[in-house]
Amino acid sequence: MFYFFGLLAVISALGVLFTRNVLYATFFLILSFFSVASIYVLGNASFIGVTQLLIYVGGILILMIFGLMLTTKLSGKVLVTESHNKRMGVILGVVFFSVLSFIIFSANFEVLNKSVEMPKKMIEVIGVDLMSKYLIPFEIAAILLLIALIGAAVISEKRKEIKE
Amino acid sequence: MITVQHFLVIGISLFSIGLSIVVIKKNAILVLLGVELMLNGANVNLIGFSINDPQIQGQIFALFVIVVAAAEAAVALAVVVRMYQYYATSNVDEPNELKG
Repeated sequence: MFYFFGLLAVISALGVLFTRNVLYATFFLILSFFSVASIYVLGNASFIGVTQLLIYVGGILILMIFGLMLTTKLSGKVLVTESHNKRMGVILGVVFFSVLSFIIFSANFEVLNKSVEMPKKMIEVIGVDLMSKYLIPFEIAAILLLIALIGAAVISEKRKEIKE
Repeated sequence: MITVQHFLVIGISLFSIGLSIVVIKKNAILVLLGVELMLNGANVNLIGFSINDPQIQGQIFALFVIVVAAAEAAVALAVVVRMYQYYATSNVDEPNELKG
């Protein structure tokens, strides 16, 4: 199960990389985020998985598709994107992947893989911690969201062009 | 038995694919998609490190990462829409003047 979803996530991410059609890229990304959500659920983090579904798939990607529609001239043609720096990008990705995987496979994770008794009600722990231990970061995140909302509205507002 | 290494390998795969997308693609929206993919790779790492942690600090950090990603996506999309209104293009390499 875990291997299947992991493979699906990586393959659909590769699909985003290799397809030229912009809309197909977003749909591949939806598939990838779905499988990442199931990886979260399999990794004992069901609340994060649900949040991923709600915010990424239901919010951010829909927003992306709206942005795509707003920033293209709709003329009935298929939306394709050009690419540049092809060789550089692939080399960078492969080098990054190989260096990090070398580090991971040479590191020793014995301690982290020791099985520990986990709390039964994960969501209760998250809720209590967010309201007690992590209250300040929680409030700062709320203010950050408010600022981002106002900022996005101000930036994208239609201004009167100044005439010379 | 799922170990931490499995999560880490998926995380670095997503991260490097996202990095390649950011470097290769020309359309600004696709660059944003690459950034989201990189953030997701980092989140997979956090979840992987918290599978055997009874205090689940990694999961809470992942929640904050998701919040910041949402804010970033909103602001970046506003910038892209504005750029399209001004330059009539959404390719990242064509706008080449400041305060046009």
